[in-house]
Amino acid sequence: MNSAKERLVNGIIKENPTFVLMLGMCPTLAVTTSAINGLGMGLTTMVVLALSNVFISLLRNIIPDKVRIPAFIVIIASFVTVVELLLQGFLPFLYDALGIYIPLIVVNCIILGRAEAYAYKNPVLPSLFDGIGMGLGFSVALTCIGAVRELLGAGELFGIHVMPESFVPVSIFIMAPGAFFVLALLTAIQNKVKINGEKKGKDMSKIQSGCNSDCMNCSDSGCTHRLYDEKVTKEDEKNG
Amino acid sequence: MVKELLVILISSSLVNNVVLSQFLGLCPFLGVSKKTDTATGMGVAVIFVITLASAVAGAIYKYILVPLDITYLQTIVFILVIAALVQFVEMFLKKFIPSLYQSLGVYLPLITTNCAVLGVALTNVQKNYGIGTGIVNGFATAVGFTISIVILAGIREKMTYNDIPESFKGMPIVLVTAGLMAIAFCGFSGLL
Repeated sequence: MNSAKERLVNGIIKENPTFVLMLGMCPTLAVTTSAINGLGMGLTTMVVLALSNVFISLLRNIIPDKVRIPAFIVIIASFVTVVELLLQGFLPFLYDALGIYIPLIVVNCIILGRAEAYAYKNPVLPSLFDGIGMGLGFSVALTCIGAVRELLGAGELFGIHVMPESFVPVSIFIMAPGAFFVLALLTAIQNKVKINGEKKGKDMSKIQSGCNSDCMNCSDSGCTHRLYDEKVTKEDEKNG
Repeated sequence: MVKELLVILISSSLVNNVVLSQFLGLCPFLGVSKKTDTATGMGVAVIFVITLASAVAGAIYKYILVPLDITYLQTIVFILVIAALVQFVEMFLKKFIPSLYQSLGVYLPLITTNCAVLGVALTNVQKNYGIGTGIVNGFATAVGFTISIVILAGIREKMTYNDIPESFKGMPIVLVTAGLMAIAFCGFSGLL
């Protein structure tokens, strides 16, 4: 059971997908207008991530290497559809709040990234816990960002009024620009930690910044970059 | 009809800007916006792919998914169609219009996982747009993307020589810029 615990800790703290790896930024910004929405999105993603990890791990010896990316996408999209229908049936308020971002879980870099980096190479049980750990890390991060935005933007926390009467809500924080500002501060803090760590001589290479340097990073953990590279090299071989 | 299309055109490109208010396609928005010319190239490629993808996805939805009563499979079908379409467009351009491939080719593979493409296809279905209206909506959304990425690239070019606090260098300052742009774009909501 040690490896399971290790995977969980890894997902939540060491390789937290939002705070450390900076993956899946679109839903992070879009649905964190309140803590409850962030939590809902995080948990939905976690379910999809855990299920797709288990399935991809089960099928890892059957899926041919060349078509693995399309196969991953079909598996992930199927689970997203299942989860979407379940949400629509049983949690309609969450379904309405998250809207189009539920089907868009398919293109979340975290899921394809974990399939490629972990589930495709490891047995079922660790893959399941990797999915749960990463999903929990994502949920924690989204809930935190949502809570900050809700607190500053509406003076509430999980829908309960907590700020004193005299507090005037800075409503820009629950609007679109606020998402960019909160994320900007978050990445600034991350940069600071990284710079301080490097000054002390620690290895900080794990802290990435998703789409920071260029778009290739995003597709690196996803698929297109590699798919494209493979194709190019194959064609080059053919040509000479 | 014309009035309705005009409203969609303005609303999708400016008021509900795909990046600045819907947060779709953030990766290329932040990643390929260092120089104005690459940003323009990316924008043109996105206009091309999204317009084409909304036409194809709309047609498949209307003529295959609805008659067979399997609309719940839309997410799976759309993502596969988009991925295949991008690969096909890439091969087609390489073979028949090499000059266009030279300028757009590098951006095409980056677009497959761009959530904006899937987002537009799904929005078209959600809002019950027909194929024609869907194409207009797709085009307008992509134009909105191009406008914002080119503006951001212009601002970033100006910012290169500014003295920025160490921890804000790189991504954070770009996000602050994007936030300020988002505030500016909020002003467009008075248009409708």
